[in-house]
Amino acid sequence: MNEPMLGGMAQTALDRALPLLRPGNTNCGGCGMSSLLQMLGHAAADRTLQFVMPASCAAVCGGVFPLSTFGVPTLMTTFASGAAAASGAAAVAQLNGEDTRVVCLAGDGGTYDIGIASLSAAAERNEDILYICYDNEIYGNTGGQRSSATPAGAIATNLRQGKQQPKKDILAIIAAHRVPYAASISLAHADDAVRKMRVALDLRGFRFLLALSPCPTGWKSEPALGMELVRLAVRSGLFPVLEIFDGRRHVINIEPDFSDEALDMYLSLQRRFQRSGITAADLRPDLDQLWQNLRALSGRIVPARRSS
Amino acid sequence: MSAQLLSANHGAAMAATLAGRANREGRGFCGGVYPITPSTECMEFLCLQEIEKGRVVRTESEHSAMGVCIGASASGARAFTATSSNGLAYMAENCMAAANLRLPVVLAVANRTLGPPWNLWADHGDALMLRDLGLLQFFCADNQEVFDTVLCAFRLAEDPEVMMPAMVCMDGFILSHSVTMTEISDQEQVDRFLPLTTIPHQLGHTPHTLGQIEVPHQTEMHRQQHHAAMLGVPRVYEGVQDSFEAIFGRRPADAVQAYRADDAETLIVSMGTIGATVERAVTMLRAQGHRVGALRVRMFRPLPVAAIRKSFAGKKRIAVIDRNISLGLGGILWGEVRALAEPGTVVQNYLAGIGGGDVRPEHIVSVLADLLPRQVAGLPEMVEAV
Repeated sequence: MNEPMLGGMAQTALDRALPLLRPGNTNCGGCGMSSLLQMLGHAAADRTLQFVMPASCAAVCGGVFPLSTFGVPTLMTTFASGAAAASGAAAVAQLNGEDTRVVCLAGDGGTYDIGIASLSAAAERNEDILYICYDNEIYGNTGGQRSSATPAGAIATNLRQGKQQPKKDILAIIAAHRVPYAASISLAHADDAVRKMRVALDLRGFRFLLALSPCPTGWKSEPALGMELVRLAVRSGLFPVLEIFDGRRHVINIEPDFSDEALDMYLSLQRRFQRSGITAADLRPDLDQLWQNLRALSGRIVPARRSS
Repeated sequence: MSAQLLSANHGAAMAATLAGRANREGRGFCGGVYPITPSTECMEFLCLQEIEKGRVVRTESEHSAMGVCIGASASGARAFTATSSNGLAYMAENCMAAANLRLPVVLAVANRTLGPPWNLWADHGDALMLRDLGLLQFFCADNQEVFDTVLCAFRLAEDPEVMMPAMVCMDGFILSHSVTMTEISDQEQVDRFLPLTTIPHQLGHTPHTLGQIEVPHQTEMHRQQHHAAMLGVPRVYEGVQDSFEAIFGRRPADAVQAYRADDAETLIVSMGTIGATVERAVTMLRAQGHRVGALRVRMFRPLPVAAIRKSFAGKKRIAVIDRNISLGLGGILWGEVRALAEPGTVVQNYLAGIGGGDVRPEHIVSVLADLLPRQVAGLPEMVEAV
């Protein structure tokens, strides 16, 4: 595990003069999207950005008219139209020879569910967009309902018992569009995350980043433990951190140690998993299968987990 | 200026193309399109045109087609799309967003019955469903009018005093697929008619947000501003007509088009192509000695209340023909204009051509035959297809 203390996140002269997420925003304490925006600001440095946001916590975070939380021009659009509106904005930037990076920032509801048609279409057209999904695995903005990103075993405000189905593999779905770049990023591994944000910012065509985004409000977890939870999810193999080039070349960026202890700790530190009583042992067979597939795709012959 | 044989679909696309090219020195042109009968040929034609500094995005739905227009317009480009019926219903959420964000997107609608049950034919119910969203709405009666109105719609929508989306309606198939000689303007004329698109609130380089949260008193203020801008449109439109006439040498039709209405005792009010049929019937009826006139409401949003009230003054009987029905009330046009007549006037509603049935002069004759003996208005009457 490679986790330098500051992960390259110390403020330097290369940073933007103004942050992407300005002080005074309304995000909950411990929100993963706040950390993501800080890292994105660091990665973007002096590049010109424009945000497009469908309905989401990010849209609420934008602030009350006429103020604006974000340090760049931002268009709020309807729930299902993030990628479509971003396509229009990117088309106009391109027509005018501008080097603006149009960044669509959406939650899992706007990505996995209601926005997937416009997302898939923009990916298929290879629009010049960086689409970032901060995935908190629920409809956080409406109080925490089940989405297709909600993991097995988690309850939601509209799901009394733990969810039966595993979450949708959105990264594989996007990669299947053969887009230039699709990657998952761990907010707990800033070095890797910022590097991949830069790669994604500088490539042209459709780029997709997926971040597991702690939501203390919905996960029923300690706000201060968000990064630790992400670290546990990565370490245990629950959240694979990889990048996929052109839908073909798979590179696993962070090797998990497949620790059941880490996975059990991840589950036990969030009250959303309490009622179902789901354990590492329940999840492990599916995770083994997932990692066998990832090994095959990435061309590595190391088995996912040595049988003990 | 050249006369070409074009369908109204192609005419609308031709007007959008010319308008798109006219913004080549500005931020360019971007359309989002998705096919649906009977508006498909409009987007097909648009996709075949070479537009300098322009792009047409072929989306996966009407919702996204308008989504693309929102993104493009917020970035300062001229934006256009076309749809019909269920496509418009599916697009409705983003039509509302474009209106609330005061983005001057122009939308050509080939009116068609909503389904299922599936019905491809003309009915105004699709466009009228979006009546209250804050878009300008025009209903046209012939192909030339569609072409001219699309050009005027860009000019109006982008006028700094107006600044909101505009919808140009043509009856599905009746206009969208009828090929007639249409005068197509030269690029140079359109360049003169349409100033470069300037959207004061477009996204630039300063970090401002378009469409963030607002609280009740701000929404109240924004609705008030939007409403006031709407109410000013009939006046602004007169200026657009003058300018159009000066450049193209023909005057686009008025917001409310009257035909032999001044000395009429009886007035027949309608929208879209039925209006053309009514004019023809009026000519026949006049020859038989009936003092009857026609009024075609071309601009439905904003409703030109003053002009309609003026035309209604002194009339004994008014028939309002609707090619739509607000279930539980009656015709939508009737519901809106009946209060504009003087007390004592008999304002009777007739529902004709619902679901796209033919409305022919003989239908209008039967409307008049029903209306003339009436001393008071009754419930809306369905005019059956003959």
